[in-house]
Amino acid sequence: MQKRRKLGRGVAIVGAGMSKFGMFKDKDSKDLFAEAFKECLESVSKGIDPKDIEALWLGNFSNDFFMHQGHWGPIISDLIGLAPKPATRTEGACAASTLAFRDGIFAIASGFYDIVLVGGVEEMSKRPTEEVTEGLALATVPYEGRVGFTFPGVFGAISTAYFEKYGATRDHLMNVTIKSHNNGRLNPKAQFNVSVRDMMNSRIARAKKKGEPLPAWKDEKEALWDPKFNPPVAWPMHLFDCCPISDGASCMILVPEDMAKNFTDDPIYVKGIGQGSGRGLHAAPSLTSFEANKNAAAEAYGMSGLTPKDIQFAEVHDCFSMAELVHMEDLGFVKEGTAFKAVAEGYTKLDGPMPINTSGGLKCKGHPVGATGVAQLYEVWEQLKGEAGGRQIPNKDLHIGAAQNLGGTGGTCTFTILERR
Amino acid sequence: MEQKPFSDISYNQFLNEEKLMGSRCKKCGALFAPPRSVCTKCYNTEMEWVEMKGKGKLAAFTCIFVGPPFMIEEGFDRKHPYCSGVVELDEGVKVVARIEEVDASKPETIKVGMPLTMKFLHQGEGENLKTYLAFKPV
Repeated sequence: MQKRRKLGRGVAIVGAGMSKFGMFKDKDSKDLFAEAFKECLESVSKGIDPKDIEALWLGNFSNDFFMHQGHWGPIISDLIGLAPKPATRTEGACAASTLAFRDGIFAIASGFYDIVLVGGVEEMSKRPTEEVTEGLALATVPYEGRVGFTFPGVFGAISTAYFEKYGATRDHLMNVTIKSHNNGRLNPKAQFNVSVRDMMNSRIARAKKKGEPLPAWKDEKEALWDPKFNPPVAWPMHLFDCCPISDGASCMILVPEDMAKNFTDDPIYVKGIGQGSGRGLHAAPSLTSFEANKNAAAEAYGMSGLTPKDIQFAEVHDCFSMAELVHMEDLGFVKEGTAFKAVAEGYTKLDGPMPINTSGGLKCKGHPVGATGVAQLYEVWEQLKGEAGGRQIPNKDLHIGAAQNLGGTGGTCTFTILERR
Repeated sequence: MEQKPFSDISYNQFLNEEKLMGSRCKKCGALFAPPRSVCTKCYNTEMEWVEMKGKGKLAAFTCIFVGPPFMIEEGFDRKHPYCSGVVELDEGVKVVARIEEVDASKPETIKVGMPLTMKFLHQGEGENLKTYLAFKPV
């Protein structure tokens, strides 16, 4: 029986911001964080004096590798006028900023601070794809990198194990991709705010213009089966199964529950938070599940007193299409071995019973790894407050949403449940 | 067996000698490959070396078309993919390895569950010798 976990005092989110995600030649990490921070301050409906922020936790995986510049805590603290107050960088690969969020929660719950800023930043697009692939592979386990595994490769291997065990195919993964793009199309901050159909149309238009033979795709899946449109990266992971290389930043302001109404009439409360760690493919108890997910979920469900049935929608870490299916099962949204069927039946669509990745997910929104965790929570915040615009989940009285973040190849997983009261 | 430390360095030195070595807990018998110096089942620290026979079956795999720079240097690229996989050894433990002598450009011909046998890929010489663990179809 998992210990029932609780905070020393409750924590609420009173402001949130996210930069546009994409590949930016003319913006660096500081510019992107400044963009997120500006929105975050403006989102505090009753206002906040930035001077009252007492400390910063900042997630960043590896600007050291991507930018040859490390030690991002004080750089960002200086940028936003927080210095000389404390700034701490957290690292958990692609889960880096949820770790910042979690540490910020603990800082408040302990009573040490009352107002903290948490967030993340990553700038990945200034190096060629092969080098970014190498940089990301730093977060696999050492044995995997040595025998040539890349990030997409690890999820490719997980896919072959899942296909063999449950009878899923690439066709099922395409349902995830098409759904993500349909949502991403409605997200103005997404790196790819286009549907698969939009991308097919622009490819056809380009062929027309060049006088080349026109592709004869009947539908999205025919295009996704076409290696010219969707080339393999790490089979069975193809280009459209993989999230892009991205730059971006995200942040949130956390305060104790009993202070939240000083800043906004409509705070979002931290209902549950959990984290877990996991081992490499060779040592993992299952090739079709992440043990770190299960630990994170048990902690968060235990703290909140909720069950998977209570979660109305979620952002899950779809760094690769296959990952989305595994997370849905690990978090208990569906039974093991059934996620691919649920997605095929439309269960996770924006207007389905359990919308997943309404933001477009990492696949379309983008995945600046250190910024992703808090950016997922930003989407949950927007949905809960009814501020998600064209991608607002329809016809639902939303009050419980969740975000699951994965670092490395399952080495770090977090699960966070947020509540609007 | 000489008492090398139960470490990744030792594991790689054994690979150079074409031996796939794991460690076994002297108290509870749990087997680990690559080796561990602490038993993660019972937390005992008394271990012994065990040599793996090098037979197993393919548990999962991927054919990589976009590899890291060190694989590109070996000559792999989008037109010449390579295969990496997880191999479940007859001894019951899993290892990650290169999968050789399969057609990585035709992944549908590679099957989870196929029986495999070990081989070693050496690179460099003397102090710079590096050995990659690999498996090939039986």
